[in-house]
Amino acid sequence: MKKFLALVQRDLILVYRSANDAWVVLFFFVIAVTLFPLGIGPDPSVLQQFSGGIIWICALLSAMLSLDGVFQSDFDDGSLDQMILTSYPLELLVLGKCFVHWLTTGFPILLISPVLATMLNMNLDSYSTLLITMLLGTPTISLMGGVGAALVLGSRLSGVLISLIILPLIIPILIFSVAAINASGEGMEISSAVKLLGALLIISSVFCPWATAATLRNLTY
Amino acid sequence: MHKFANPAQFTKIASRVLPWTSSFAAVCSLFGLYFGIFDSPADYQQGETVRIMYVHVPAAWMSLFIYSLMAAASASFLIWKHSLADIAARSLAPIGAAFTAITLITGALWGQPMWGTWWVWDARLTSVLVLFFLYLGYMALVNAFDDPEKGSKAAAGLALIGFVNVPIIKFSVDWWNTLHQPASLSRLDAPAIDISMLTPLLLMALGFKLLLISILIIKMRTILIEKRIEAKQLLKSG
Repeated sequence: MKKFLALVQRDLILVYRSANDAWVVLFFFVIAVTLFPLGIGPDPSVLQQFSGGIIWICALLSAMLSLDGVFQSDFDDGSLDQMILTSYPLELLVLGKCFVHWLTTGFPILLISPVLATMLNMNLDSYSTLLITMLLGTPTISLMGGVGAALVLGSRLSGVLISLIILPLIIPILIFSVAAINASGEGMEISSAVKLLGALLIISSVFCPWATAATLRNLTY
Repeated sequence: MHKFANPAQFTKIASRVLPWTSSFAAVCSLFGLYFGIFDSPADYQQGETVRIMYVHVPAAWMSLFIYSLMAAASASFLIWKHSLADIAARSLAPIGAAFTAITLITGALWGQPMWGTWWVWDARLTSVLVLFFLYLGYMALVNAFDDPEKGSKAAAGLALIGFVNVPIIKFSVDWWNTLHQPASLSRLDAPAIDISMLTPLLLMALGFKLLLISILIIKMRTILIEKRIEAKQLLKSG
């Protein structure tokens, strides 16, 4: 546990030292959301109908932007090789790196999403659902994205490739989240979609670190 | 199985098998098409458009079958490091993508007269579209590395992860209430389809399977020859 925390602390310091990168992702999210009212028209009722979908699509795209960097710098300077060689389980180190990725990209997006929801005239009843789906969905993206980041490590165009690979696989998150948000706007039951999101988070927190670690061991030796 | 993993052995057997599979593929597909177009009844509800089924359904079966094969080949490549398994998986991806595209296109052509729309976002259609994206992602990833060995490993990993989609496609018509009709053939009781329609359907399915084997052999042989040329050129220049 101590080593796990040490890794999380190290990665957080690294993100803090180059805080610009984290801001860029958040900034992209805000700009992407801003484009929608300009593109589909500022009609409040239309925006209200689409607000959940817009925020979630932009959150997915911003996550994709930052995911290819999860292992890249450690891969470049060789510290990833050292992490693989240590006796400490690589799966836990991977979990730590995914956690830091979520804390520095998914969590800020979660924090700012209510502000953007206001600008998109989201139904007041949907705010809590938006936050719940973000809280359950964005960590899943970081975990599943970790697998993708390991797969594209060392390839050309890794940034675009990871979107091609991971976006089809995280479609369920988008479907369930937006379904829950829209249902809550109409005053309907949301628990089934939220439970499915929770199930995805639990499954991926068990399976994804294992798959990522296997991929890393396989690809870098 | 491991005995046939030798490329030389494979080439020898494949060359002997290829004429048979390709000619039988042609015969089966031609007979299947003949029975399907001229010698089977029109559906009492769907009319003549039901004949699209004889291409659409076998192609859909192939799209899932090929992905499963690709995942199995990828797994055996990751476990036993057989380069032939890797070559098989690489060769299967474009074939599977082609069959998936055929499924989607014939499905759209069939959906237009029957449902009144080319496309709906129901569970079956969406999950097959995701399967198509997975094939494309595989093909993009396998060629994205300067070191082909790394590309093979990464793409094999993706093929295994993407396999979660296969049961979702298979059972999507049972799990969700979709516009797409549920399976008529693979049920526990007797298939819900008349023998006059079943014959051309199965003939087409057999023809497609044999076609797959033929194309797979040709593609794998091509890659093996390419590798040999590359090795010889390296020897010469080195």
